[in-house]
This record gives sequence, structure tokens and C-alpha cells, in this order.
Amino acid sequence: MNDSAKTEPKLNYLNAGNTVKSWLFTVDHKRIGVMYLASIVVFFLVGACAAALFRMELATAAPDVFSNDTYNKLFTMHGIIMVFFFLIPAVPGVLGNFLVPIMIGAKDVAFPRLNLASWYIYMLGGSFTLAAVLLGGIDTGWTFYTPYSSVYADSNVILAGTGVFITGFSSILTGLNFIVTVHKMRAPGMRWMRLPLFIWAQYATSIINILGTPVLAITLLLVVFERGFGFGIFDPAKGGDPVLYQHLFWFYSHPAVYIMILPGFGVVSEVLACFSRKRIYGYEFVAFSSLAIAAIGFFVWGHHMFTSSQSEYAALIFSILSFLVGIPTSIKIFNWTATLYKGSIELTAPMIYTLGFIGLFMVGGLTGLFLATMAINVHLHDTYFVVAHFHYVMVGGMMMAWLSGIHFWWPKMFGKMYNEFWAKVGAVVIFFGFNFTFFPQFIAGYMGMPRRYHVYDVAYQPFQMLSTAGAFFMGAGLIICLVTLVASLFRKESCGSNPWKATGLEWTTADSPPHPHNFEAPVVVDVEAYDYTDERIYQDA
Amino acid sequence: MKAVKTAPDVASSYAHQVDNLYAYLLGVSIFFTIAICALIIYFSVRYRRQSDADRPEATKDGKLLEILGSVIPFVLVMIMFFWGAKLYFDARIPPKDSIEVLVTGKQWMWKLQHPNGKREINDLHVPVGVPIKLTMTSEDVIHSFYLPAFRKKMDVVPGKYTQMWFLPEKTGEYHIFCAEYCGTEHSLMIGKLIVMEQQEYAAWLAKSWTDGNTPVAAASDDPASAGKEIFEANCTVCHTGKPGAIGPDMMHAFGTMRQLEGGEEILMDENYVLNSMNNPNEHIAKGYPAAMTSFKANLSSTQMKQVIAYLKSQSEASAE
Repeated sequence: MNDSAKTEPKLNYLNAGNTVKSWLFTVDHKRIGVMYLASIVVFFLVGACAAALFRMELATAAPDVFSNDTYNKLFTMHGIIMVFFFLIPAVPGVLGNFLVPIMIGAKDVAFPRLNLASWYIYMLGGSFTLAAVLLGGIDTGWTFYTPYSSVYADSNVILAGTGVFITGFSSILTGLNFIVTVHKMRAPGMRWMRLPLFIWAQYATSIINILGTPVLAITLLLVVFERGFGFGIFDPAKGGDPVLYQHLFWFYSHPAVYIMILPGFGVVSEVLACFSRKRIYGYEFVAFSSLAIAAIGFFVWGHHMFTSSQSEYAALIFSILSFLVGIPTSIKIFNWTATLYKGSIELTAPMIYTLGFIGLFMVGGLTGLFLATMAINVHLHDTYFVVAHFHYVMVGGMMMAWLSGIHFWWPKMFGKMYNEFWAKVGAVVIFFGFNFTFFPQFIAGYMGMPRRYHVYDVAYQPFQMLSTAGAFFMGAGLIICLVTLVASLFRKESCGSNPWKATGLEWTTADSPPHPHNFEAPVVVDVEAYDYTDERIYQDA
Repeated sequence: MKAVKTAPDVASSYAHQVDNLYAYLLGVSIFFTIAICALIIYFSVRYRRQSDADRPEATKDGKLLEILGSVIPFVLVMIMFFWGAKLYFDARIPPKDSIEVLVTGKQWMWKLQHPNGKREINDLHVPVGVPIKLTMTSEDVIHSFYLPAFRKKMDVVPGKYTQMWFLPEKTGEYHIFCAEYCGTEHSLMIGKLIVMEQQEYAAWLAKSWTDGNTPVAAASDDPASAGKEIFEANCTVCHTGKPGAIGPDMMHAFGTMRQLEGGEEILMDENYVLNSMNNPNEHIAKGYPAAMTSFKANLSSTQMKQVIAYLKSQSEASAE
């Protein structure tokens, strides 16, 4: 292996063709994964810049940087871009596309052309939304609540709503592709109970994508119709019901939280197993709890609506179901922690992100219990407590898991190892920056500060100031991380096919970067997942 | 410089009860956060990799951890559920002796009206020790009336009435916030709740309405008397409870249960009356024909509110 690096480089998916056309018309799932990576990073940076701008405004109680309308547009843009164009597609689009076929021993996904179409649809939806921003912005909040969005807002709701509507189809098609791929294209010997947990998580996510996303599409279409053609679905002046919108919206958008976080669970399970040299504790439980969360997750949407004037008895049911979702989630955390017990632990950059994920996601989960509790929810609903809670889940949880996965599979994707020291510095800075940013918001929220406030009472200023300082600290961490990863691409030396000495077909059987057809010979699986006693993984250098 | 406050004001014993429940959740959360973080750090140090040849011995999946890991959290969260639901339901129905204040949300202000017709904008004066019931609606988008010092919040929705109540137990000034994002000046849709001694409140209520920032209001602004005129012009033929009338009695029935065709029962409240004016045939009272036509085009939403106020005042009068 060491010799081959000096001679003619081996054929891989990256050097198989260098023209722009060979990328834009590719049906190789790996190249599509890399295209998703590039485009998602761009959307992430746009969303992050919006956050940086409104955090500057929020540093002090008085309005001093932006007008109220600009502020409202900034937080709306941040929310829409981060939720629909980063959080939802990040793991499935990048890591899922790249890894699902390789992990199960397949040549590609079941429908490679459809897979390319998903990326184009994602980009088309993204262009609509960015156009809405460039043409003057949108100020409804990412939740598009009616009748504000459908009647009163004076901004580009139709354009942005159409963008999100279109992008939804990319999620649906990717989900469909993964479900069929996992059912039909597993290599001989890759039984269900031998699947890596990452695959289980992608599978559960795909089911939610297929069942939930159409509801969001219908809902946004109704908003667009009401706004554009005066339909009276949600507008009470025409006999519509504005609260109906919230039911429809959250019927998708609560499960969407699991669309965002479940793939992260999959990443974390892979990374933990590798750097503890152990099978994940309670593999079956972790696998099936993903499906359980996906199922129960569809019946808790009303906990976003305890103060909306929905029936109190409906609220009671939504409350208890929300608590029940917490149980499989908490066992996952116990199982991950138990995996470390008597392991052989190496604190690499991906492992630091993963351990950070467990801690932050746990805080996100526990504060979710506050919001499931009816009497407490009434106080905390629509305050900064909610903002802090979902950022702990979405950024502390999902983004940390995504970065963990990107660092873990980076050498697999590009055949290059990044500078481990700087990658670790980035991870630690992001972890502390994140806590400085969002922990103070729990206190501001408990003190009653409503979210989406442009100016606010001076009593909340210390917390908002800390939050702004933390955000810029965290931004520095993200820049370190980005520079470290990009710099690695210019390195000469190859990292070898299995630098982490990890199990799994993607490490033991495929090259880094992989061959255009993933494997040079048909794959047969004869071991369980995470068998770190298997000598084969230690032979390859 | 003032000391940094880290807890909200407590202005009612309900707020105190919510804080107790909050403390329980905080305790559980802190315990698990510290326990899991300590284990992660301890394991990471204790079991750090010594060499590449280092192979951990396989640990078996124990059933015990799965069972304890489900049962203990289950018990802890069920306590949260029942405690939270009980507090919520106990504090749901406003007491009979509440003072009713009408709240109208409008981009971007709170319009408030006291039982005697006196109006305020953004400020709400109330007496200490008397429960205050807010009957709320919106003229445009969804707003949310939030009193952090009372741990209470309720959305204010166009096209229907919502309700919340609170019992002020400490005099002072407290925040009123709009908690539901409602557009450009959402963050300026704020006000002050001023809790006064009861005599002070009585004096304030009786005082001429022209002072300070309080808008001027005439006696005819009293919504019930405006509603009386509208009711007499449009509704008395059918709805005063005379024997043989085409429609059911609306004059003396506010707050009671009404039998519907098909055996259902419905509470005659603000939403029922409003809906009956807009969509009269949705709920047909038992024994009456579906003969009424909609008043949607004839009455403005303000006029409908006045009719409701009048019907309420009539039922209260007949109950006394």
C-alpha cells in the first residue's frame, strides 16, 4: 500500500474524471455526496452570517445596528436556511449518500439518476429561497405562522415558501432511495442485525421523510394559495382557522426534528464504537429505538401548541406522549456511555465531537422535559428557553454529530488526513463557544424574555451579551475547523485505506478514496458489526 | 450597577407552585447531566488507549442496565407529567368572582377594557387579591398575552376568543409581553400590569378618563349598551325567549349549556355566540328550525363583540 502511493495513483471516484461535466452529470453516489457537502457548506455559511449579524444587534437591549424589519428578516433567513437547507439534508445528503451503499456492500444506491435529481431539486429550492432573500427578504420566521404569513406579511413569502416546497421533494426522493437500497441491495451475508447503526438511523429517518414531508408540502402550498389567490383556509376573515395551520405545520416539523437528529445518532454510534474498540452496548436496542422514536415522534406535535387554544385534553395526550419519546432517547445516552466502559479509548477529533455531542444533546433532551410539562411550558413557550433548548438539540446535537462524521469519514472521502491538533482545537473551541452562546439563553428564557425580540428589557442584557460573545467564539472554532479540513486536501501523502483501524465495509474492503464502483470484487459479509477482535482490520496499513 | 437578576418576579402563589415544579425538573436534570458527564470523563481517562495492540475485553449487553435505564427515567418523567398536568388543570377555570377585562391584540398594541367600559392601551390596572379574567381576541394576526411574573401565557387568536386568568397577590408593576411573533414591531408590543391596592383601584376606575395617557372614553363606549342597540334592532324578534319565537333565547342563557339537534350539548360562551352570528346553521338548537341567516356582512367584528357583551350583562343581571 505504501508503494502504490509513490507510483501511478489508483483509480478512484475523484480522479475518474476531472471535467465539470463529469461532476454535474455524475450518477456516482459518492460524487453526489461531495456535491451535497460543498453546497450545504455554502448554505451553512450564509445561515451562520445571518446569525452573526443579529447576534450583534442583540448584544445590547437598545436597537443599535439594524432596523426592526431587517432584524426580523435576518432571524427568519437564519431559521429557514439552517433548518431546511442545512440540518435536514446535512447527514443524509452528504454522509448518507456517500456511505449507505458502501456500508452495505452495494455498488450504488438503488436509483442513481433519481439521486442526482435530488441534488438538483435541492439546489433549485435553495435558489428560490436565496432569491427571496436577495429580492428583499422574508420576515415571517421559519415557522410561517398564519394569518401573518398568508395575509399580513409584506415580504417574499411565496418565493421562500416555494423554495422550501421544492426542497422537500429532494428529501422525499433521497428517503425513497435509501429505503429501497437498504432493502434490496445489501451484500450477501449483510443481514439486518449486522447492519451498522448508521444504516438503521438513515433507514428510520427515510421513513419519516417519506411520511412527513408531503404534509409540509401541502401546508406550504395552502399558504401560497391563500396569499396568492385569496383562498380562505387559514384566514379567519374568510372563515379559515389559523390554528389549523399550526397543526399541519408541526405534524411535519416535529418529526422533522427527528429527521435532523436521528442520522446524528447513527454517526455517533459509529464513531464511539471505533474509538472505544467495542461493539455499541445494546446494539439491538439502539437500532430499534430509532424506529420507535420515528413512530412516536409523529404523535407529539401538539406540544408546540399548549398555549395556542387547542383543546386542553389534546394537550394532555401530547404531553404524556412527549415524555414517552424521552425514554428510548435516554436509554440511548446510557448505552453510548456504557460503550465507553472498559473500552480502549482514543480521543481523536471525531471522538471529541462525539463526546461533546452526548453531553450537549443530553442537556437538549433534558430541557425538552421542561417543555413537555404543561404548567412549565405555558411559562417557557416562545421564550429564549425554547431557543436554547432546540439549539442544544440541533447545534449541540446534530451539528456536533455531523462534524464528528465529517472528520471521521474525511480520510475515507478524500484519502487525506487533516492536521489532528488543529482539528481538536477546533472541536474544543466550538464546544465551549456553543455553551457560552446558548446556556445563558436558558436563564433569559426562564426570566421571561420572549424570542424574536428586536429590542428588549435591559434586565436580560447580561445574558444576551454573553450569548453574543459566545457566538463569535464559536464562529472562530468553525473557521479553524473549516481551514483545517480544506488545508488537508493540499497534502501530498495518502492516509491509507483504514487510518482509524475501524471496522465496517467502508474501511475494511474499500480504498480511501473508494474505487468508482466502491469495491473491486463482490463483497461477502461474514462478521457482525463492530467486531473489533477481527484481526483483518489491523493488518492493513 | 444593579445586581444581575437571574430569576423572574413572583407575583402569585401559582407562580410559586410552577417554580417548585421547575426546581424538581432542574434537580433531575442537573443530577443526570453531572452523572453522565462525570462517567464520560472518568471512562475516557481510565480506559484510554495504551497501544495499538490494546484490545478491550468484550462486555456483555446486560439486561439490567436496559431495564433500570427505562424504569427509573419512566418514573421520574411520569412525576413531571402528572404534577405539570395537575397544576395546569387546577388553574384552568377562572373563579366565579373574577373581574373580566376584555383584551384585543392589534399590530402592535394591547387594547384593554374594564367592566365599566374604561379603556386602556398597553397598561392594565388591576386590584390586588381579586382574580382577573382576560377574554381575548385579535383584530389581525395571532398574538400571545404573556405575564412572566405569573407564569401565564395564552395566544390571542383572530376570529375567536381565548381566555386566561390570574390572581395578583403582590402590588407592583409587571411586564406584559407579546410572545407570539406578529411582525415589524413585535418587540414593542409590550405593556405594564399595574397591581394596586383595592381602594386605589376603585378610585382609579372611577376617575375621569381624560387624564394622562389613558385615552378618552365616553359612557356610550360601554360595549354592553352599544350591544343593546344592535341586539334590539336585529335580534329581539326571535331571541328574547318569548314563547313561540322562531329562535332560542339568547338573552338569559349566557354561560349555560344548550341542547343541540342530534343530542349534543354546547356551552353558550363568547365563541358560541360569535359563531352563531357568522355561521348560524353550524349548531342548531334543539326544537328550532335552521332559519337564521349569517350576519357576517351586516355586523362588524366590533359590533359582534358589543352584542356578546350585552348578552353577558343580561345573563349576569338575571342570575343576580
